[in-house]
Amino acid sequence: MQFLANPARFLRIANALLPWLSLITLGLFAAGLYYAFFASPPDYQQGDSVRIMYIHVPAAWMALMTYAALAVFALLLLVWKHPLAEVLAKSAAPIGAGFTLIALATGSLWGKPTWGTWWAWGDARLTSVLVLFFFYLGHMALTHAFDDATRGARAAAVLALVGVVNLPVVKFSVDWWSTLHQPASISRIGGSAIDPSMLTPLLLMAGAFLGYFLCLLILRARAELARRKLRSLQLLAAERD
Amino acid sequence: MNGFALLLARDLRLALRRPGDAGVAVAFFVVAACLFPFGVGAEPQLLARIAPGVLWAVALLASLLPLERLFLAEAEDGALDRLALSPHGLMSLVLAKACAQGLIVGLPLLIASPLVALLLNMDARGYGALLAALVLGMPTLLLIGTVAAALSTGARRGGMLLALLALPLDLPVLIFGAGAVQAALVGDPVAAYLQVLAGLLLGALVLTPIAGAAALKLALE
Repeated sequence: MQFLANPARFLRIANALLPWLSLITLGLFAAGLYYAFFASPPDYQQGDSVRIMYIHVPAAWMALMTYAALAVFALLLLVWKHPLAEVLAKSAAPIGAGFTLIALATGSLWGKPTWGTWWAWGDARLTSVLVLFFFYLGHMALTHAFDDATRGARAAAVLALVGVVNLPVVKFSVDWWSTLHQPASISRIGGSAIDPSMLTPLLLMAGAFLGYFLCLLILRARAELARRKLRSLQLLAAERD
Repeated sequence: MNGFALLLARDLRLALRRPGDAGVAVAFFVVAACLFPFGVGAEPQLLARIAPGVLWAVALLASLLPLERLFLAEAEDGALDRLALSPHGLMSLVLAKACAQGLIVGLPLLIASPLVALLLNMDARGYGALLAALVLGMPTLLLIGTVAAALSTGARRGGMLLALLALPLDLPVLIFGAGAVQAALVGDPVAAYLQVLAGLLLGALVLTPIAGAAALKLALE
């Protein structure tokens, strides 16, 4: 962990990883999309609209996972004052907000043909994911609210840790309040309840989303590090004048 | 006298010397609630139907209003540094601030709430539940708001930021607070809602001083 505290070292490793990660991600997207659209059967009740699942479910998983990562970065930042955690948290939050928005939008599009409604306030999963989206917005707003970037990053880290209370609510909302969303059907006691022909594209897409997240995180962290370097160089130049 | 009581007495004394501040929050509460009859129409049944939710949402916003400057004066004149160095610690400061807000703002809002319920044509059966739910829910809202105020101390546009940070965390209180009043109106048992509100309050009492103290420590750096 301390090994990555040097930004130059982090950049060297990240730059070496990025081409391979991008290739793997592209491959997973190609295979996943092919299975999702052509090689998997339509649902016997929902017809072809079930294919929305292959975008919706991985996006929702990544929305939760990114928030968990954000909380880990927050802990690293507050407890060990890890310099890279600040950069990574700032880079990860907008990506997570994007995944959450995709999950909400595709869920809405899927809900109309299957449940007959775009949005249901009574469904605990929908509302708790909306709250997750608000936490991302709050995190981004707080990060940018201070003239001192470090102060903003630390305040946002406290918020990220406070918002962790929402994660179990999102995860278990389908078991605590049984409304429109079905209960967990993949990781459950007694094995997956989903047919392999649908599980394959789902897992391929989940892998692709994870790879996409890592690629974006590296790209954004690289841009953020370059921005910081530029700023300190500008300050140095201004001092010299 | 321990640190918590000293800090609480200090805040109350300051509030007594400027009694207008609490009045503004109550005035906001009444005026904002009066927007709804104009907006949704004056039909009494409709107003009575939405009254619990409107009351809670408006009370929530009114409780956030005075929090914007909660730590600002102390942060600017350096008192916060002295308080952080004092043996009482920042946690008792957070608790004392929230407690003072409860007495300065929460209590007047509580007293004004039956009047607003009357304006919204709420049925008399809901009054007891409304007051009980506010007594249990308002301190939680203020504790959460205190953390948000500590986080946004020194930020640009602190007030709007504070609302953005506090509102998602306030949702459970809103759900169960309005739920208690709704249950009382239709004759269902209220106890479960109040117990959840009490549980949220106990959880907030434990967790918010920790988060608030951590946030204040950042404001000092």
